[in-house]
Amino acid sequence: MTTPILLEQGFNGLQLGMILFLMAVGVTLVFGIMDTINLSHGSLLMFGGYFIVGAVELTGSYGLGLVLALFATALLSVIVEILVMRPLYRRGHLDQVLATFGLILFFNELAVMIWGRAPLYLSVPAFLDGPIDLFGLAYPAYRFAITAVAAAVGSGLYLLIGRTRTGMLIRAGADKRVVVEMMGVNITRLYTLIFALGSVLAGLAGIMVVPLVSVQPAMGDPILITTLVVVIIGGIGSIRGALVGGLLVGVLDTFGRILFPVYFGTGTGSALANMTIYILMAAVLLWRPRGLFPATAG
Amino acid sequence: MVDRREWPIILVLAALALAVPLLGDTYYTKFATRVAIYGMAALSVDILLGYAGLVSFGHAAFYGVGAYATGMLINAGVASGFVVLPAAVIAAAVAALVIGALSLRTTGLYFIMITLAFAQMLYYVAQSLRAYGGTDGFALDGRVTLGGVLKPTDATSFYYLCLAFLALVLFLCARFLKAEFGVVLRGARDNAVRIEAIGFPAYRYRLVAFAISGAIAGLAGALMANLNQYVAPPGMLNWEVSGELLVMVIFGAAGTLLGPIVGAAVFLFFADILSGLTEHWMIIFGPILLLRVLFVKDGLYALLQKAMAR
Repeated sequence: MTTPILLEQGFNGLQLGMILFLMAVGVTLVFGIMDTINLSHGSLLMFGGYFIVGAVELTGSYGLGLVLALFATALLSVIVEILVMRPLYRRGHLDQVLATFGLILFFNELAVMIWGRAPLYLSVPAFLDGPIDLFGLAYPAYRFAITAVAAAVGSGLYLLIGRTRTGMLIRAGADKRVVVEMMGVNITRLYTLIFALGSVLAGLAGIMVVPLVSVQPAMGDPILITTLVVVIIGGIGSIRGALVGGLLVGVLDTFGRILFPVYFGTGTGSALANMTIYILMAAVLLWRPRGLFPATAG
Repeated sequence: MVDRREWPIILVLAALALAVPLLGDTYYTKFATRVAIYGMAALSVDILLGYAGLVSFGHAAFYGVGAYATGMLINAGVASGFVVLPAAVIAAAVAALVIGALSLRTTGLYFIMITLAFAQMLYYVAQSLRAYGGTDGFALDGRVTLGGVLKPTDATSFYYLCLAFLALVLFLCARFLKAEFGVVLRGARDNAVRIEAIGFPAYRYRLVAFAISGAIAGLAGALMANLNQYVAPPGMLNWEVSGELLVMVIFGAAGTLLGPIVGAAVFLFFADILSGLTEHWMIIFGPILLLRVLFVKDGLYALLQKAMAR
């Protein structure tokens, strides 16, 4: 293992971590504030991916396509929120699990019917094609851009939640939902906003990963599981936890995949590499049964 | 646990189950066998979910341990069911005891995810077993033998064997849950502090329930290994199996003994029979799950129970 390889993998881990962070925000907000489990969050990532492929093809421009795809994801999420999520908020967690699992099946099959089973590809936008110089390392500009965009979104989210009136309501809603409602806040609209916010971030994650991994039906399912791991490690309801959890999982998973096979041979090594994040989660939970940054729930 | 008014439903379901081989088509017999096995596995999930309030998202682990133990023993030349099946059940129970002891320190969503974590670890362990085919899994040399009593080689007698095991498990669960053990378990689900205060260690009761549940899932896995005569990590140990079992339980009705079996039957009906009619069966089945949540509050079996209570 030479230093440049380790450095490059470090950046790859960082990038994976930021993608997971974008996914985790939606799950952790919807659970922390609406007390609702949404398993179909991964479907929004998948749709984000399909939307960008379609939108770039339609407009012929990556920038226009990006705006269009984000808008389409937001629109879809608002429809899902109104039709499906609203009746679910007051239900038990098990009903939410069953209903949103049904939603996953529906969305996956819908994707098959619209776009087929074969993966769709999108090339890296021209202005980000090629390497950039990162501490003497030639690193793909696109991968760096993902990390930068996600970091910018994270900072924006920090400002939104910490410094604006909407953010104040979100924090208040997470803490004492009933009181917020009694103060005359339109909680229905707030919920729609939070759900759409989380969904757009998931869509953005999907939009950004497409040039790296292609888009195909059910691509969100394994990512959803990893996202849940991130949310649990960070502590449900905590955005800071989502960031720390995402980075921990992203970096450790990336290094596990290159280091374990070197030191334990391909068989045991790759088994250990796949297990890394689950061992991490189990260890964190045995040490802190409510995650690293337990949010105050009420 | 069994309401007197439920007996008509139970008898009708039992009669239907017994009559399946009379259709004379092994396709239906094999389908019913899978319903019985999946029903048993779903029941094992429901013992925890419905009666102890613990949602396990990792029951594929115990199902898979039972299946792998069965396959390994049979291929090592041990064919007697009187050895293989108890060994598979014990292996699954031990796995459940260890995983449960660690997982039960957490609660709620954290419990759901830590059980998933352990199941995923076992998945990758199985995947790394090169001697047993890795990801591809391995074929079994044959099915278990049960002395001269039964030859579980043909579809019909294997089906009745599974049905007999399911009936036995149902009977034992009904007894267990009616006894003090079940009362304490439900008490701990509703108010753990009170149960602790009157002197019952909730953790220990939950752990025993977790081990029993794991043992039942292990038996189901052992039977499935015999049915397919094939064992592989995907389809036995992957998280989708744990998810499907949960869906069967919630769809059927959590907190009832027959609900999970009804749920398994409906789920497999869609997965097996509807998928034969249209490739896009999930576009129908997904919304059905949604509609069940929105309009049938407590699950299908609860609907049956209510109809009988009138």
